[in-house]
Amino acid sequence: MKRWFFAGVVLWISTFTATAEVIDNGRKYVWEPFDADFLHDPANPALDELQHPEEAFRNFPKDTPTIGNQVDWVRALEQGFINPRTNLFPDTEIEVLDLDIIMPDTADMPMVRFPHRAHTQWLDCSNCHDHLFAREAGATPVNMFSILSGEYCGRCHGAVSFPLTECRRCHSVNRSRFRGKPGAQQPPGRIYEPVLEQPIVR
Amino acid sequence: MIHRFVLVALLTLFGLAPLTAAHAEYADVVLNRYAEKNGMRPVIYPHWFHRIRFRCKVCHFELGFEMRVGSNDITMGKIIDGQYCGMCHNGEIAWSVEHCDRCHSGLPGLKTGIQGGHKTGGPGIW
Ligand code: HEC
Ligand code: HEC
Ligand code: HEC
Ligand code: HEC
Ligand code: HEC
Ligand code: HEC
Repeated sequence: MKRWFFAGVVLWISTFTATAEVIDNGRKYVWEPFDADFLHDPANPALDELQHPEEAFRNFPKDTPTIGNQVDWVRALEQGFINPRTNLFPDTEIEVLDLDIIMPDTADMPMVRFPHRAHTQWLDCSNCHDHLFAREAGATPVNMFSILSGEYCGRCHGAVSFPLTECRRCHSVNRSRFRGKPGAQQPPGRIYEPVLEQPIVR
Repeated sequence: MIHRFVLVALLTLFGLAPLTAAHAEYADVVLNRYAEKNGMRPVIYPHWFHRIRFRCKVCHFELGFEMRVGSNDITMGKIIDGQYCGMCHNGEIAWSVEHCDRCHSGLPGLKTGIQGGHKTGGPGIW
């Protein structure tokens, strides 16, 4: 009787400490179980009706462990791991634009390359234009301080898209090796490598 | 000058990170303006789950969700009327509102806001 009680207690505790883990190319990815993530209520009877991120993300292309959702969302979309709906209403216009903008006011950091393609696959023009950015390269007074306080790029990055600690994913253009003019670039835009293979620009 | 600003901002960010580092999934949104006051658990809206199925533009353009936590005045009455979450959670695009606990799944006491925030640890930084 006592033994079963102990086994029960151990099992019960282990449900709190067990974390879902995936090893991918030698990197360890951890997702907290719902009943120990300090967000979901362990007393909620519907908890096991919810899907756990580990189950969904297991085979997706990965981002660095601990970064955002730990998923390389752009590649997950481009390589067909996911095919999220673009619209619910049949007559909504879907517009994808392939246009890179190089933003040069970055002090001694590498310049910023903004790819319209990766963004317009997910977003509509009106999510950015014209309340966040003017439709004219160089016309918006973007700076890092307001980005870090959640404006401009920081509206999404740091909240839903990859976090702002990934400096070099935006600051990806070496100033002295760049030929040409900043601002709108001749399409096609740069094809980005999967994030784990993107070169780190100094 | 600007550098010092950026540095101070970053330091506060990283300084606070261990304190605020919830273990919740990045981009989960807690909605608790009315729920707990009316005897329900706070609502957890998972971005990661929905963005596997819908692009951002579906909610933030077609359906008109404002991209700012708390700026949409979502109430249960409106959801049952087919607004906000109820535009999909109507038994057609997704399961309907009778599954209260799937949405009302948060720990009591949570504040409205977005989870995750700025985390670091990768090599792509600095
Ligand atoms: C664009 C349509 C859409 C909107 C808007 C929407 N949902 Fe969903 N939601 C879905 C679909 C589709 C599913 C999956 C249904 C299924 O598996 O049958 C889902 C599933 C869920 C789940 C369960 C996730 C899991 O782990 O299984 C939760 C919780 C949820 N939605 C909460 C919300 C809340 C809260 C809102 C409003 C803030 C909302 N949803 C708005 C389409 C939507
Ligand atoms: C994620 C945000 C975002 C989205 C979505 C977006 N843009 Fe932009 N767009 C920008 C930024 C940032 C700039 C550069 C602004 C600056 O430098 O001041 C820009 C600049 C432009 C420019 C000016 C280019 C030039 O030659 O000077 C045009 C035109 C433009 N966008 C059109 C579009 C269209 C059309 C769409 C929808 C298909 C779209 N954008 C979607 C962020 C966005
Ligand atoms: C989401 C993209 C993004 C990320 C991530 C990012 N930056 Fe920036 N950064 C920008 C943009 C856009 C500008 C403005 C460029 C312009 O206006 O020409 C900028 C400008 C700057 C500047 C110039 C001075 C200023 O205050 O505007 C510095 C320095 C800078 N960033 C440092 C950093 C550091 C350090 C990090 C990592 C902690 C970082 N950035 C992460 C997009 C980003
Ligand atoms: C309206 C939301 C939004 C805004 C504003 C925004 N982004 Fe993004 N960005 C996204 C999304 C969504 C992705 C897809 C990846 C993800 O979610 O992590 C993305 C991805 C990226 C990528 C990765 C491209 C790749 O192929 O790996 C870069 C670089 C980037 N953004 C730079 C910027 C810069 C620079 C700005 C500001 C000028 C900006 N973004 C503003 C939503 C946004
Ligand atoms: C699709 C997700 C979803 C489902 C299913 C759902 N709710 Fe809600 N509910 C919400 C959201 C979102 C709010 C607003 C949360 C806030 O800001 O406090 C809310 C708010 C409430 C409130 C607060 C008062 C009000 O009118 O807004 C009550 C009470 C409530 N829900 C009861 C229920 C009950 C009972 C059920 C099951 C029959 C249910 N809910 C199912 C998403 C949902
Ligand atoms: C199924 C609907 C749905 C989809 C799809 C969706 N969102 Fe959201 N989003 C929401 C809801 C609901 C909120 C919370 C609004 C509120 O609290 O009023 C939100 C809030 C946000 C916020 C505000 C966060 C803050 O800091 O205040 C941002 C930014 C955002 N979403 C970006 C995105 C991006 C980028 C995508 C695509 C990768 C996306 N969303 C996809 C429903 C959705």
